Amino acid sequence: MDVHNIVMDDPERGIFRVHRSALTSDEVFELEQRRIFDHSWLYFAHESELRNPGDYRRRTIAGRPMFIVRGKDGEVRAFLNTCTHRGALVCRHDEGTAESFQCFYHGWTFNNRGELAGLPGSDAYAEAFDRRELGLKPVPRLESYRGMYFVSMDPGIPDLVTYLGGLRHYIDLTMDSAEALGGWEVVAGTAKFTIKANWKLIVENSLDAYHLPTVHQTYVDYMDTRLEAVGASRMQMQSRLSGQSNGVSYPRGHGGFLHFAPGRTIANLSPLWSESAQTEVTRIREELIQRYGVERGSEMADRSRHLLIFPNLLFQDSHTGFRFRQIWPVSPSELRVEQYDLVPRDEQPELRSYRLEWSRAFLGPGGLATPDDVEALESCQKGYGARELEWNDLSRGMHRQPLASDEVQIRGFWRQWHYLLGGRPAGSEAGDRPPAPVPVHA
Amino acid sequence: MPDPSLRSQVEDFLYQDAALLDEWRLDDWLALFTADCSYVVPTTDLPEGDPTRHAVFIDDNYERLVGRVTRLKSRHAHREYPYSRTRRLVANVRITRESPEEVDVQASFVIYRVRSGDMAPYVGHYELTLARSEGGFKFRKRRAVLDMETLQEHGAVSIIL
Repeated sequence: MDVHNIVMDDPERGIFRVHRSALTSDEVFELEQRRIFDHSWLYFAHESELRNPGDYRRRTIAGRPMFIVRGKDGEVRAFLNTCTHRGALVCRHDEGTAESFQCFYHGWTFNNRGELAGLPGSDAYAEAFDRRELGLKPVPRLESYRGMYFVSMDPGIPDLVTYLGGLRHYIDLTMDSAEALGGWEVVAGTAKFTIKANWKLIVENSLDAYHLPTVHQTYVDYMDTRLEAVGASRMQMQSRLSGQSNGVSYPRGHGGFLHFAPGRTIANLSPLWSESAQTEVTRIREELIQRYGVERGSEMADRSRHLLIFPNLLFQDSHTGFRFRQIWPVSPSELRVEQYDLVPRDEQPELRSYRLEWSRAFLGPGGLATPDDVEALESCQKGYGARELEWNDLSRGMHRQPLASDEVQIRGFWRQWHYLLGGRPAGSEAGDRPPAPVPVHA
Repeated sequence: MPDPSLRSQVEDFLYQDAALLDEWRLDDWLALFTADCSYVVPTTDLPEGDPTRHAVFIDDNYERLVGRVTRLKSRHAHREYPYSRTRRLVANVRITRESPEEVDVQASFVIYRVRSGDMAPYVGHYELTLARSEGGFKFRKRRAVLDMETLQEHGAVSIIL
């Protein structure tokens, strides 16, 4: 399949299809590495992981071993994790605090600003050997937005703020919502798991509200049992995903879905919580409205945001907590997930435990929902073995102001993907309009 | 000096636990727990993970454990419908504390999960507190700590560890 025709986008007829070779082909996989992952802003770490000089995190970003570290001078830098001498990894732990990084192979030592500070037997080198040229190689671009550090391999990429564009409205809502609680911090304990499916399938899945009542029926049943035990009404997933919900799609492939959700520790009540927790949540909600006004404050408190920062970072702030879920392609039929939960630094311990409980209950690999997503994605990937059926359909809601359970946000992802791979420029549709006005719940 | 037969009693209990899970007799298995029980699986990157402070894979009390079992018995628990085949090997059983009410136990496990053309082993150890009850033991604390660095072959913890 020619990459130009791999996406069928016909807003007039309301038909959107993706050729399944996009999810199976080695050639497409290689193109994605070069044209998408080498030319995007990719999330690396959160500021709470790099609070003090010397704090570092080691991660593999777009296939490159890298680490990010706050230098003695207070500045955060991201480096390629390879000794400038012969190549060994100089940072050999996933996290820690260090003044310097010594390569264990020949003992070259780099300080936490990346400079080559020392090497054994330096008298063996000629005058032309300049150790200033042999500092660790910085990642071409590093920028941060609201505490999130991103890197890019593309020196010419537009700045991060421009790149994020209109999606910043929603990022800001979440970031602002925890300001009075000390801001967000990453909580220790990362979910790392691999799924035998193409990486784009979990991007789709994380933006897909249509599947929630079907795939996650056992989760809904569990919630209903818990709610009924305290005399509350059932979960009503269907109506939750229609009435006060919508999908959004922004330029450069960002997008997501938003829906009203009870039981957000910031800040919407749940009948499952204790009285003291309800009091605290009410206080937080009132404070948000006082600080940010009724419209913005209640949007922060009442609506869950499931966002994609193109290409591979899911930003999820819902009744199941707030997390970054980062997706990495491993092969055309394998993906890797790294999932970081964030919590408000000064959150009341009781609310913290509710937050962590619901995060685990739903969206972890040991939860009541994510394992079934894993099954669904692996099942799709197996289905693509039946090559005579060539197209996936993603036309849902193309003719209307899209609901959360429509697929506009998934189409937005695919349009940008197709554009970067050399297909037609990203088109638009009725759905790419600004979101509907936010309902206010007093 | 602990009762020398204690370890074999504990081993018998753990073998019974393994058999019930391998046979998917989940209601019978649930009866092995006290009402104040906990079942915890930390993330692979933080074996010391503490559910009150850290994100973990699983942190069930009795109510949540019942929810987990109810889900696994449903035809809609897609990752485990149809059920995977599992084979649990429990070994290196050590009694680390003993009182008239409780016994603390450490043991190693390998749990093979076989399904859909894949076989993935969960390797790790148990940290257990067993409550002595009439005619045997019950789990008061069951903590399954994994040795893998990630869930690279598994995709999820969809079975009970």
